[in-house]
Amino acid sequence: MRDDSKTPLLAVRDLHTYFHTFAGTVKAVNGVSFEIGQGEVMGLVGESGGGKSVVGFSILGLIDSPGRIEAGEILLHGQDLVTAGEARLREIRGREISMVFQDPMTSLNPLHSVGRQMDEVLRLHSDLDAGARQKACVEMLESVGISRAAERLKAYPHQFSGGMRQRVVIAIAMLAGPRLIIADEPTTALDVTIQSQILKLMRRQIAETGASMILITHDLAVVSEMADHITVLYCGNVVERGRTRDLIANPAHPYTRGLIDSIPDTTHRQDRLRQIPGSVPDIRNLPRGCNFRDRCPRAQTLCAEQEPALTQQHGSLWAACHFPLAPGETA
Amino acid sequence: MFAYLIKRLIQMVLVLWVVSVIVFLMMSFTGDPVFMVVPIDATDAEIAQARRLLGLDQSLLVQYWKFLTSLLQGDFGRSYVFRQPAMTLILERMPATVEMVLVAMALAIAVAIPLGVYAGANPESRISRFIMAGSLLGISLPGFWVGMVLIYLFAVHWGVFPSSGRGDTAELWGIRISLLTWDGWHHIVLPAVTLSLGTMAIILRMTRAGMMEVGRQDFMKFARAKGATRSDVLYKHGLKNALIPVVTIFGLQLGDLIAFATITETIFSWPGMGKLLIDSIYRADRPVIVVYLMLVAFIFVVINFIVDIVYTMIDPRITLK
Repeated sequence: MRDDSKTPLLAVRDLHTYFHTFAGTVKAVNGVSFEIGQGEVMGLVGESGGGKSVVGFSILGLIDSPGRIEAGEILLHGQDLVTAGEARLREIRGREISMVFQDPMTSLNPLHSVGRQMDEVLRLHSDLDAGARQKACVEMLESVGISRAAERLKAYPHQFSGGMRQRVVIAIAMLAGPRLIIADEPTTALDVTIQSQILKLMRRQIAETGASMILITHDLAVVSEMADHITVLYCGNVVERGRTRDLIANPAHPYTRGLIDSIPDTTHRQDRLRQIPGSVPDIRNLPRGCNFRDRCPRAQTLCAEQEPALTQQHGSLWAACHFPLAPGETA
Repeated sequence: MFAYLIKRLIQMVLVLWVVSVIVFLMMSFTGDPVFMVVPIDATDAEIAQARRLLGLDQSLLVQYWKFLTSLLQGDFGRSYVFRQPAMTLILERMPATVEMVLVAMALAIAVAIPLGVYAGANPESRISRFIMAGSLLGISLPGFWVGMVLIYLFAVHWGVFPSSGRGDTAELWGIRISLLTWDGWHHIVLPAVTLSLGTMAIILRMTRAGMMEVGRQDFMKFARAKGATRSDVLYKHGLKNALIPVVTIFGLQLGDLIAFATITETIFSWPGMGKLLIDSIYRADRPVIVVYLMLVAFIFVVINFIVDIVYTMIDPRITLK
């Protein structure tokens, strides 16, 4: 369990974000709750289409029509962002909560110089004069490992490599000293060799500033290195959460077990990668009961009848499963 | 950059030469200008004399050669009708056309860009649908009809704007300009509005399409995640990325309107160069037509060149090669 003496920086309570499309209502996020303390890193894990990114965009109030936050609370220091007005949200975006996107090739504006895109954050969120802003941008670029920073401010995104662009994006995200960074698959689009550099950079940045981070990823290997806590999403629901060590070593939910088992084991020779059978069900009309039951080796009749609630398991774990795994048990 | 300029210059000379050949050939098929110059009861001898005077008794090749050599000496030929240098005739009337077109283009931009951005950013809204329906009208209604309706409503019925002419002009560096007088502005409103509607509709639709395309890009969401205001996201991040096709169309329309504002000028009796072109065609005034069309080709080449430079100012990834 989390240390209750810390008041959470961000508390998401029973968040529902739906997309009302012609083909039906997509319940992308359907009752998600979690908390993040100051300085903590939380991994938000799940398959593609599991609603991870939608959680991130919901927090910043960046859900566009036909999407809508239907219910729930997003409390930043106790203030509800769901009911906060657009003006307040604009103050929060970039200043208190910032975001790093998946693809650095597309998240920077190709027609504005890097310096201008960095400067924009400071113009929005600080009272610094032009000279001070420029100095802050140079320092920030240097701290994300970009040399000749003063010169590079004048350069345009296409003059940077993918890894360098992601460093710029991180620099922009860190510039106003946010307390929470939402990183949405920050390394997925990068070369493997660059991935670890970027992860190290992000870990150093948040350690230095004491910021918290939500690391959205499908890659449990990445998250196990970075995160203090992990929340596993499946079909817009939290299926398991807990401390990273407990969850990776002894997951209680068969879905988490399946995700961990599908990481290739490089110490032993494997003939075939293990995988979770089947695919994510059609999220537009989810059946009654547990959403994972069709793919679950442990499913029984109860799983088709009743949706499992999130209950406390061994160690720090909470899982939504009628037949959870005991420590050491395999699915 | 220097190599680029040289290349463009050579291109321009080639274009102008091709245009001159085509126009010369075309004109030789369109009636005999001699009969436009001589009186209706002229004798054969008088006709032959006039033909010799105009140099029309020689072969087409010789005529073209003479035209080309005098062109290179700065002589663009004389109008058969006015007995004046053709270039002077055109340049005298050009300011009237250019100022009407500039007002029309400014009006088109001022209306089309904000509405296009709005319609692109809110494609589902009722106002956007209304704007788009209006733009269809702007594209499909013919200019002469719009001009007549405007004259009927604003000149005849309400009497708020004059229906014809240029009004008072003031002189600046020897050029007569309506935009320097209140009366001139009063006169330019109706023709400029008439002329602008089509371009306005096209630019509006291009802007909307571009904004819809750009709206899906990650950097737009990233800009919002920084805390930028909606109008900053739309105008500073979005519009600039949607602007390349808009600038292209703008350039083509600008050239087109300057060259062929004929119909609007005719309806509003605007003494511009489009009217001169029509009159010259009626009178088979070959030198004026040739020079006019070469001038139009020149204007298009220059506008395209400027558009290319504007591209590089908008997008740092584009270089002039």
